[in-house]
Amino acid sequence: MIDILIAGGGYVGLSLAVAVKSAAPHLDVRVYDAAPEGVWEKDERASAIAAGAKRLLTVLGAWDEIAPESEPIRKMIITDSKTADPVRPVFLTFDGEAEAGEPFAYMVPNPAMVRALRKRADALGIEIRQGVSAVDFKTGDACQTVTLSNGETIDARLLVACDGVRSKLRDIAGIKTVRFDYGQSGIVTTIEHERPHEGIAEEHFLPAGPFATLPLKNNRSSLVWNERTADADALLKADDLVFEEELERRFGHKLGAIKVVGGKRAFPFALTLARDFVAPRFALAGDAAHGIHPISGQGLNLGFKDVAALAETIVEADRLGIDFGQLNILERYQEWRRFDTFRMGVTTDVLNRMFSNDFTPMRMARDFGLSVVDRLPGLKNFFIRQASSVGGSGDPKLLGGQPI
Amino acid sequence: MNDAARTTIDQAEVDRFTAMAAEWWDPAGKFKPLHKFNPVRIRYIRDKAAAHFGREANTHKPLEGLRVLDIGCGGGLLSEPMARMGAIVIGADASERNIGIATTHAAQSGVNVDYRAVTAEQLAAEGETFDIILNMEVVEHVADVDFFITTCASMVKPGGMMFVATINRTMKAMALAIIGAERVLRWLPKGTHQYEKLVRPEELEKPLTASGMQIDERTGVFFNPLMNQWNLSKDMDVNYMMLATRPAA
Repeated sequence: MIDILIAGGGYVGLSLAVAVKSAAPHLDVRVYDAAPEGVWEKDERASAIAAGAKRLLTVLGAWDEIAPESEPIRKMIITDSKTADPVRPVFLTFDGEAEAGEPFAYMVPNPAMVRALRKRADALGIEIRQGVSAVDFKTGDACQTVTLSNGETIDARLLVACDGVRSKLRDIAGIKTVRFDYGQSGIVTTIEHERPHEGIAEEHFLPAGPFATLPLKNNRSSLVWNERTADADALLKADDLVFEEELERRFGHKLGAIKVVGGKRAFPFALTLARDFVAPRFALAGDAAHGIHPISGQGLNLGFKDVAALAETIVEADRLGIDFGQLNILERYQEWRRFDTFRMGVTTDVLNRMFSNDFTPMRMARDFGLSVVDRLPGLKNFFIRQASSVGGSGDPKLLGGQPI
Repeated sequence: MNDAARTTIDQAEVDRFTAMAAEWWDPAGKFKPLHKFNPVRIRYIRDKAAAHFGREANTHKPLEGLRVLDIGCGGGLLSEPMARMGAIVIGADASERNIGIATTHAAQSGVNVDYRAVTAEQLAAEGETFDIILNMEVVEHVADVDFFITTCASMVKPGGMMFVATINRTMKAMALAIIGAERVLRWLPKGTHQYEKLVRPEELEKPLTASGMQIDERTGVFFNPLMNQWNLSKDMDVNYMMLATRPAA
């Protein structure tokens, strides 16, 4: 019997494995991932790592490896305008530092993050298997008996599903979800521009939805461009010239000529919240627990918060000699995470509903709101702290840069 | 009455718990409050024991090699964690059925505990001694508190320690632990605790000090309904724990 089987080898599954194994080396922790070997290296997306998540990655010994490929976000500009407006008036700027000298977020290419975590997992002796997934499980008194896609079975004291927003294991556990579909898709790609971005992230609330550029290394930016799903699909099918022209209408010419350098993909945006995060000997983490609208860039950071809370719950119980697969122990993780997730989910939902329309009184109201936020330092600091995921004393240790 | 005929077992109490024993290990079952309470009391025991024996508490197997008696071990809710923390554990319970359940469960979990269906006085007669004796939520169910505590204290090695957790005999305890927990919230089956069997701190301290032990600490344990968790507190009016040590020889 092994201790923990983690289904899903993305950044959530890997960082959970590394967090637990670093603090409790005697536990047998394994990561099984459905994707064939090497697929993770082909991910062209980049992610915003908030300060809290960066501290977690630092404690896990992964940040030094990631740092050379990361680009700090030094400033964030938020505007609200029509697509054709020649000038986008700035309503809110965040000169973001979570703490002195610590930018509130970094842009990191996904493969760089996964590579660093895999390296740590290898060093700690965590078994990672690619091309093998958990397809079924049966909950017994002392363990989960997990059936793998290759027909093998394995007993584990705890099964953690980090298998994404459409988690099969969540369904097998009988955990229902609440889902809102926005009818929007986000086009994700990488662009290159003539002039440097100076570490500035921009989010323009256009009528169809937010259009965001996030600074990457070497005069490149990551782009998240929301459109109604049909429009997004049409843009992807259109030839590059049309795509780049539409892109320029939105991005403007402030950084000179722009060019698409990465592959283009569209991801449907929906809010999916699991009703429960845990069941006996079973826990959800990352997108399997909550797929949120990327308007606030918090999806990945919520995932890291899950990791910090779940790893601490497991390790603390283990050090007390308590079986961490017991529901009453896992419920602590759920209580720790559910309210925060719900609040973030609802906040982003409201933000998106507010901003994704062109109704003039609504536009005036939200612009007034943004200006007020911009002029009230207390409120703005609150938003910066939220965006950087640096919280108060009740937060999991890893988010504060402390080992478990 | 001479000591040989005296017993600390109250048969009616043993029967009542035996009837509920099958549900010991269901965290959502009848013993839910005990499962909920378990982390806070285990943490207290671990931290105090580690400090007393000069060990690092927040680590793997902080109680390595210490001989522990869990008296009134029930289904093994305390014995298993103690064993996983590295202790050599004897789990003793007067109910054969509890010992059967505890043994079965330990085997399932792969934990090594020496479970015995014996009483404290039988163990004492066998000459057993321990570094740590856990006397948790037991004294409010025994027939003769004074004799029971004296018997347990006689098995504490010089330099060893005993933890006692119970419920105070106060009007507040009557309101919260009996009327509140059994009749209003239904956390515990009706009749689990009887007011007249609850134990005041001084009723523990008297036999402990008479047995040559010193009282090191008393602490209240209070349920915070907003946080849905138990916390240590200064208020000893309801649940409380006591730590006594025997001076090193």
